[in-house]
Amino acid sequence: MIPLLLILIPVVSAILTFFLKNGNAAKNWALIASTATLIVGLYALCPACKLEFDAAWLPLLGSRFSLSLDGLSKMLILLTAISFPVVFASTYNNDYKQSNAFYGLMLLTQAGLMGVFLASDCLLFYFFWELALIPVYFLCSIWGGEKRIAVTFKFFVYTFVGSLLMLIGILYLYFLTPDHSFAIKSFYALKLSASQQNVAFWLFFIAFAIKMPIFPLHTWQPDAYEQSPTAVTMILSGVMVKMGIYAVIRWLIPIFPLATVKYADIIIIASVIGMIYASLIAIRQDDVKRLVAYSSIAHIGLMSAVLFSLKTIGWNGVMIQMFNHGINVIGLWIVADAIEQKLGTRKFSELGGLAQKAPVLAILLVVLAFANVALPLTNAFVGEFLMFNGLFQYNFWIAGVAGISIILGAVYTLNMVQKIFYGQLAPATQNALEIKGNVQFVLIILVLVIIGFGVYPQPMIDLTKHIHP
Amino acid sequence: MNAIILSALCGVVMMFSGILLKNKSAIKYVAIAALLVLIIGNLFQFYGVYTVDIDSKGLLSFDRTGLFFNTIIFVATLAYFILSGSDIERVGPDVAEYFALIFFVLCGVTILTSFNGLLMFFIGIEILSIPLYILTGSDKKNLKSNEASLKYFLMGSFSTGILLMGITLIYGATGSFGLQSTTVKSAVTGFSSAGILAPVGLVLLFISMCFKVSAAPFHFWAPDVYDGAPSVFTSFMATIVKAAGFFAFIKLFAAKSADFGPGPAWTLILYVIIVITLLIGNITAVFQQSVKRMLAYSSIAQAGFMLFALYSSNEFTKDGILLYTAAYSFATIGIFSILTKMEDYSLDGFNGLSKSQPVLAFTNTVFFLSLSGIPLTAGFFAKYYMLASAIKGGGSLSLVIIAVLFAAVSVYYYFKVIQAMYFKEGVAATNTPITGNFKVALIVLAAVIIILGIYPTALLGFYYF
Repeated sequence: MIPLLLILIPVVSAILTFFLKNGNAAKNWALIASTATLIVGLYALCPACKLEFDAAWLPLLGSRFSLSLDGLSKMLILLTAISFPVVFASTYNNDYKQSNAFYGLMLLTQAGLMGVFLASDCLLFYFFWELALIPVYFLCSIWGGEKRIAVTFKFFVYTFVGSLLMLIGILYLYFLTPDHSFAIKSFYALKLSASQQNVAFWLFFIAFAIKMPIFPLHTWQPDAYEQSPTAVTMILSGVMVKMGIYAVIRWLIPIFPLATVKYADIIIIASVIGMIYASLIAIRQDDVKRLVAYSSIAHIGLMSAVLFSLKTIGWNGVMIQMFNHGINVIGLWIVADAIEQKLGTRKFSELGGLAQKAPVLAILLVVLAFANVALPLTNAFVGEFLMFNGLFQYNFWIAGVAGISIILGAVYTLNMVQKIFYGQLAPATQNALEIKGNVQFVLIILVLVIIGFGVYPQPMIDLTKHIHP
Repeated sequence: MNAIILSALCGVVMMFSGILLKNKSAIKYVAIAALLVLIIGNLFQFYGVYTVDIDSKGLLSFDRTGLFFNTIIFVATLAYFILSGSDIERVGPDVAEYFALIFFVLCGVTILTSFNGLLMFFIGIEILSIPLYILTGSDKKNLKSNEASLKYFLMGSFSTGILLMGITLIYGATGSFGLQSTTVKSAVTGFSSAGILAPVGLVLLFISMCFKVSAAPFHFWAPDVYDGAPSVFTSFMATIVKAAGFFAFIKLFAAKSADFGPGPAWTLILYVIIVITLLIGNITAVFQQSVKRMLAYSSIAQAGFMLFALYSSNEFTKDGILLYTAAYSFATIGIFSILTKMEDYSLDGFNGLSKSQPVLAFTNTVFFLSLSGIPLTAGFFAKYYMLASAIKGGGSLSLVIIAVLFAAVSVYYYFKVIQAMYFKEGVAATNTPITGNFKVALIVLAAVIIILGIYPTALLGFYYF
């Protein structure tokens, strides 16, 4: 019942939100609904509760509405459940036209994400995979920046092509199952020949690679992040990119072990190229949003490289890092949004000396920046340490090259902190004010989570041990 | 049998209603009532109650698939009457005759779903086609409509000639109008002298049916006719008539495809035709500025998907063509009913519709999402069944990949309308005031599409249980 509630609460509250007339009522209601989901999500962490749900859905096709929760799902459920109230609270002061539709679509996105992380039936997984995409398309196209229509459409077409290829892959496997079923167990039980795996592997992988995104399929991402309303960008980069990584762990590698080993080198090399490339571009950026977008590509590239190195310790790192990266990047977006809302610009060249005006914001951002470069005592350190450990076991040289991105990451992150917060007081920052209220509250909570898990990461490591599809 | 007789009778009733009733909207209500009678009569037969039983000497045979298809077609027509009935009234003065002609088309449809020989098949095609020539030219003062009608008539007659030639050749080879594939097979393999006649006859049949369903490269009439005909009738032709054509096509060739010459050649021909149809339909649709013309090309593209049912005849195709008909017809009827109410048919004419008419914009979005095959709409399962039927049994993976890439192209032009309605500023104007009933009907239709998208068993359950 718990897994069903995690989807049902967002869906039902989304539908109700559409009918609310008052903008503030929609805002409050979305906050309440997402908090309720968070409470259920926290309850789902307990090991004793029954965490499966199964009901008939499409008997003619052999598809069932079956959901289940294991350690990997719990990690991402937790991330999704935390993200939405955090996003709603931190952007509480932003006013959207037709805010009932905005919050309704946001909650629908949450339902789609929850479904992706819960589904243990491949057709159902596909459904939620798309459900997570369509509301985002409308969110970005209606409330986004100047170039929103073209940019969002590019994003939509990219991911839609990927999904359709995945659908072919799903059907291909479905007809190979002896009992014609979409259940994950039937897919795992398939004994595919090498040639069958080689074809179907790419049909699935392209969909996931676009979502993550992995070089060279990443071109939709920086534009989409820049043009989306910040609340949506937070979800896109904090939670949605994890769909791709989750799907690789849950579906791709267990179903196609032979093809994975065969193509691992190519994918790892593409990922590492993407990391270095994105880091180098990030150094040259003058816009906070674009910088965080490229830094996000670099982080995801590392996760993907580690995944395909197929080392247990590296995988533990990836699972922890999925959660941590989500928290950190949302924190960075909140700061970026706060700066943009207050000062009307996101360019470093127009900012400077903000620490004199807003010392609390400066302290919080420095902690977030340290987490972004994975300094010890921040949550990201643990994950990154485990990941590099796995990558070193796979290949010394690849790990060495990937390691350069840590240095580059420090360069662009600290450069950003320095240019915005220190140095001469720029004209744009003359009238800056300290952050207050909800934004401050949310950022402090995020920073506490970052430091908390940085000092004592054991609960998360324990969670990653319970993986049983 | 019920449906054939009742639909012809309803047509006659509608003709006389024009004499007896002077009020135009009263005629519309008579038509809706007549259609309800038709649906009930058909359902009676579906559940085994024969009110009229005439021995057709084996020319007609009724099976569950055909009767169920009839039901879908009639329900789609009902939706069409309810949504577009008032637009039919505005085409010209002879309202009763338009309705009568539509009922005669339905009569043709019912024969096409139950023929048991090439003779009845031919009669069905003709009964279906002739009223359409008239409906296309019903906007008498409009030159474009006249041109479309003439073009349609000439091209249609030509293809009917080819059809008849094919039937003759097959009759010459087999000595029967029967559909049994064994006769064709024995003709192909048995008599060496007559051997060439049957395959050539089948090719001619195939070509003329490709013409009727506007599959490339026999599609050239479609855009002009769809564009020139009054929009209300385009809606009817592009959905109900086209679906019926497909049903007959599949019924005719499902048995024969295995016997048609060497097997691989047959699949190769279809492979090429599907790819060309998808290519021409989708790529040309991308460049259209008028939504009506875009829909004409998109209907060619959708025909490419429906041809999958022919390419891979297995147990999925039956469910597939039933779902596809329902999903495609409902969505297109909805879109056209909104389109006919618009002042300007171009893409820019839809700018800002979400502000002025939120209900129309929302339901239109659902319809377009369904045509694109996005999950949670009926269109997804329609495409799903077609893809599944092609993949099953080691079919062609390359064809399926080509098809989904074109499906992604189709998203491009379908979404242009959504973008115009929601993301662009403008004052989309309607040419008539939008009534509350119309909005309710649209919402019901959109709800049906979403329900079928989440739970397609709702439709197929009727068929199987």
